[in-house]
Amino acid sequence: MIKAQVLDEAALERALTRISHEILERNGGAAALVFVGLRTRGVTLAQRLAERIAAIDGTKVPVGTLDITLYRDDLGLKTDQPVVRGTDIPFPIKGKTVILVDDVLFTGRSIRAALDALIDLGRPKMIQLAVLIDRGHRELPIRPDYVGKNLPTSRRESVAVRLKEHDGEDRVVIEAPEEG
Amino acid sequence: MKLLVRNGRVIDPATGTDAVQDVLVQDGTIAATGARLERGAVEGAEVLDAGGLVVCPGLIDIHVHLREPGYEYKETIRTGTRAAAAGGFTAVCGMANTDPVNDNRAVTDYILAKARAEASVRVYPIGAVTRGLAGKELAELAELAEAGCVAFSDDGRAVMNAELYRRAMEYTLPFGCPVISHAEDTTLSHGACMNEGTVSTELGLKGAPAAAEDTMVARDILLAELTGAHVHIAHLSTAGAVRLVREAKARGVRVTAEAAPHHLVLTDEAVRGYDPNTKMNPPLRSRRDVEALVEGLADGTVDCVATDHAPHALAEKEGEYDRAANGIVGLETAVSLLLDRLVRPGLLDLPTLVARMSTGPARVLNLPGGTLAPGAPADITLLDPGREVTVDPSRFESRSRNTPFGGWRLRGAPAATIVGGKLIWRTGGGFTG
Amino acid sequence: MAWKRKDLLTIQELDPAEITLVIDTAASLREIGGREIKKVPTLRGKTIVNLFYEPSTRTRTSFEIAGKWLSADVINFAASTSSIGKGETLLDTARNIEAMSPDVVVVRHSSAGAAEMLARHLRCGVVNAGDGAHEHPTQALLDLLTIRERKGHLDGLQVAIVGDIAHSRVARSNIHGMRKLGMTVTVAGPPTLIPPHVQEFGVKVSHRLEDAIRDVDVIMMLRLQQERMTAGLIPSLREYSRYWGLTLDRLRASARADVLIMHPGPVNRGVELSPEVADGPYSVILEQTGNGVAVRMAVLFLLAGTRVTQEAA
Repeated sequence: MIKAQVLDEAALERALTRISHEILERNGGAAALVFVGLRTRGVTLAQRLAERIAAIDGTKVPVGTLDITLYRDDLGLKTDQPVVRGTDIPFPIKGKTVILVDDVLFTGRSIRAALDALIDLGRPKMIQLAVLIDRGHRELPIRPDYVGKNLPTSRRESVAVRLKEHDGEDRVVIEAPEEG
Repeated sequence: MKLLVRNGRVIDPATGTDAVQDVLVQDGTIAATGARLERGAVEGAEVLDAGGLVVCPGLIDIHVHLREPGYEYKETIRTGTRAAAAGGFTAVCGMANTDPVNDNRAVTDYILAKARAEASVRVYPIGAVTRGLAGKELAELAELAEAGCVAFSDDGRAVMNAELYRRAMEYTLPFGCPVISHAEDTTLSHGACMNEGTVSTELGLKGAPAAAEDTMVARDILLAELTGAHVHIAHLSTAGAVRLVREAKARGVRVTAEAAPHHLVLTDEAVRGYDPNTKMNPPLRSRRDVEALVEGLADGTVDCVATDHAPHALAEKEGEYDRAANGIVGLETAVSLLLDRLVRPGLLDLPTLVARMSTGPARVLNLPGGTLAPGAPADITLLDPGREVTVDPSRFESRSRNTPFGGWRLRGAPAATIVGGKLIWRTGGGFTG
Repeated sequence: MAWKRKDLLTIQELDPAEITLVIDTAASLREIGGREIKKVPTLRGKTIVNLFYEPSTRTRTSFEIAGKWLSADVINFAASTSSIGKGETLLDTARNIEAMSPDVVVVRHSSAGAAEMLARHLRCGVVNAGDGAHEHPTQALLDLLTIRERKGHLDGLQVAIVGDIAHSRVARSNIHGMRKLGMTVTVAGPPTLIPPHVQEFGVKVSHRLEDAIRDVDVIMMLRLQQERMTAGLIPSLREYSRYWGLTLDRLRASARADVLIMHPGPVNRGVELSPEVADGPYSVILEQTGNGVAVRMAVLFLLAGTRVTQEAA
C-alpha cells in the first residue's frame, strides 16, 4: 500500500541531472569514468546518468551490470534462493574510477557485497557510490558520494523506486508494511 | 486331553465342508466335527470359542528358509517356527541351502533333532538335489529320504545341467516325493536384480526376462514327462509359466506349482525407490503376470501358496540394490496379505484360499494334515477375517525384518494356531505352547 | 522460481521450470570462468565431499573446480568398491562422512539407486554424479545448456542419441530432460543396445544410423564400452564402428549442415566417432566440458543455499 510519494517524475529527473553534474565536477570530466549498476534498477539509473553525461560532456561512459547474489552475506538465511542473473561488465575496470549506482541505500550490505565483487574483477583506481535515495539505517560504515534525496524512514517501511523501463512510470514512493 | 473348538465357520477343502460347526480334538488327532457333537464326547474338554472365526486345517508352508544350521544370525529353527505359528502355519518345509547344505543325513538328523527340541510347529526338511547345491553330482538322495526329507530341491539355484536333473527325477521316483524346481535359466538372468521391463529400463537396473523362468519351467515339464516323475515348480511368477503348467496338467504331466504371496500382490512398480526389500528371485513381475498368477491360483493350476520366507539381516538388505540379498520374510504376513488383497476384493474365495494353504500343499508333498476329517492330526488354524492389522516388522517373531509390507494396513489375520491338538499361539495371548 | 529440493538425484523428478532454473543459473555463472581471479565467495565455509566409487577424473574434477570457484572446501573421498569387501557398506561410509558435517555430498557409484539411497539417509544435500545405468543429471543439464547456447532455444529441436542406450545413464537423463523441454528424441543403435520398452519414454527407436541422424539438430554419440563385446551384445568393435561409427562422409551424406555433434566423453576415436568428426567444426564436445563446470557451480549453489530451508522445514 502506497503511503506517500517522495519524488515525482520531474523531481526524479532533476535529481539525476544534478548527480550527473556533481560527478563531472568532482572527477574533472568523464574521461576515466565507468558506470557499474547494481541489478536491476541500479543499472537503469546508471544508463540514464551515462546518457546525461554524454549530453553534457560529450563523453560516452561505459555501463556495466553487477549481480551481487554470489557475494551476499545472507545466502542460506533466506527461505528462497535468490536467482543469479549474472554480471556483465564488458570492459576493464583496472585503473578506472568506478561509479557504483544503486537505487536505494539502506543497511549498506548490498554495497559491501558490490565492493567485494568489483574488487574481484580488477583493481579500480577509485570507487564512488551514487544512489537515488538514502533512507538511513546503515549497518556498515558506508557513505554515498552522490545522493538524489535523503529520506528519513522507519525500518518497517519500504521504499520503491519505480522506473519507466520496468514499472511504466517514474516516481519514488514509500510503501507501508503489510499487515500481519 | 480334549479340546473343543466351538462355533467357528469350519472350512475343510478335503471334505468340502463349509459350515458353522464344532471340532473336537482328542489325543492329538481330530476326534469329531459336526454341528451337534454328543454331550458325552465333549464332556471335560477345554473349550476354545471360535465364534466369528474361520476354523480350517492347519496351514502348511512348503517353502521356507529356516537358515539353521549356518545362518543363525538370520533365523533359527526356533524363531522361524515361532514366526510360522504367529502366521497361522502349523507346518513348514525347510529348504536345503543351509551351511552345511542339507545334502546328507547328518544335517537332516540335526535339523529334525533341533526341531523336536525347539520348534513351535512341524518341520519337514527338504534335501538338496546335488551335493553342495553345486549342480554337479547327485546328493545321497535315498538316505536323505530315509532320514525324513520330504522333497528335493537346490532352491536358490537352478540345476542347469538338464541331464543331471533328469537323473535326479528318475532316481527319486521310488521314494514318492517330488523334486522342487527353482526354475531359472541363469544364462538368461545372469546379473539381473529385477524383472525386465519398463521399470528396469527406467531405473537402470538389469532385468531378468520372464523367458528365463518360462524356458526352465518348460524344460522341467518335459523332463517330468520323460521320466514320469513328479516335479513341483517353486515360486511361479510369470504368465508364461502359469500357461505352461496349465497345459502340462491338462496333458497329464505330474507337475504341481506354488506361488508366493508377494508375487500375488506386488508388481515390479514396487522397485521404484530402490528399496532392497523389493528384491527377490524370481523378481516382482508385471501386472499381467500377477493377474495370470492369481487366475492360476483360483483355477487350481497353482496348487498352493508358499511364502519363500527368506530372512536376511539388516546389513544384507539396506545397501545398494544390485548388491542386496534376494528375498523377504513371508510367514507373518502371508495370511493377512492374501485375505486383504485377494479374498476381500473377490479375486479368490475364502474356501479356495484355505485349500491353497492347507489341503493343497499337503497333497503336493504327501504331508500329513490338510484336513479336519476324524483321525487326521489335530493341526488347526483359526482365522479372523475381520481383524484389521498394521504390519509392524519390529514385532515379528522372525529374527529378520526384511519385508516391503511394513506399515501396510490389512484386514484379516490368523487368530490361533493348534499343532497336534495343542494351542500353540493365539492373537493377544501370544505363545502358549 | 526457487529451488526447493535438498538433493539433485534425477532429471526424471524435475519439472521443466526447475531444469530451466539450473540452466539459467549456470549461464549466469559461466562468466566466472573467464575472470582473471576465478573465485567468488558464495560458498565460503561450506564443505563439499566428492564421494566417487567409480574412477572418473572428468566429472570429479569438474565438481571440484565448480566447488572451488565458489570458495567451498572440496574434499575428495576416493572410496573404492573394495571397501565393501572389508565389511564397510556404502551406508557406513556415508554415516562416517556425515560426521564431518558436509553441506553437499557428490556421489558417483556403479549401482543404480545409490544416490537415492544416500539421500534418504543423509541430512545434507546429495548430488548424483552418476549411478549405474540409471541417471547422470548434471551431464544432461550441461548438454541442454550447450545445445541452448548454440541453437538459441530447445523447444522443438530434434535429437538423435546413438550407441549403447541400454547401459547409459547419460542417455536416460537426457531423454527425460529433452522430452520435458519439448524436444523430439530418437534413440539409435543395434537392438541389443536398446533397452526394453524404451518407446514408453516417448522416444523413437531406429536401428540404422543414416535414418536416425537425418534432419536432426543434434547428434549425441555415446561411448561404447569394450565389455559389451565380451557380453555378446555386439560381435566386434570393427563391425560396430562400420555400422554405428559417425564418420565425416556419413555425416555429410545424411545430416544437416548445421548439426551439432555431442559426446559425454571420453571419446573412443575411431569407434563411435572418427577423429575428424570429434575434432571437427560440428563438434561441441569441448564446450560441453566448459559448460560442465558452470552447471555444477549452479547445482552446488542451489543446493548449498537451500540447506537452511530444509532445516527450518
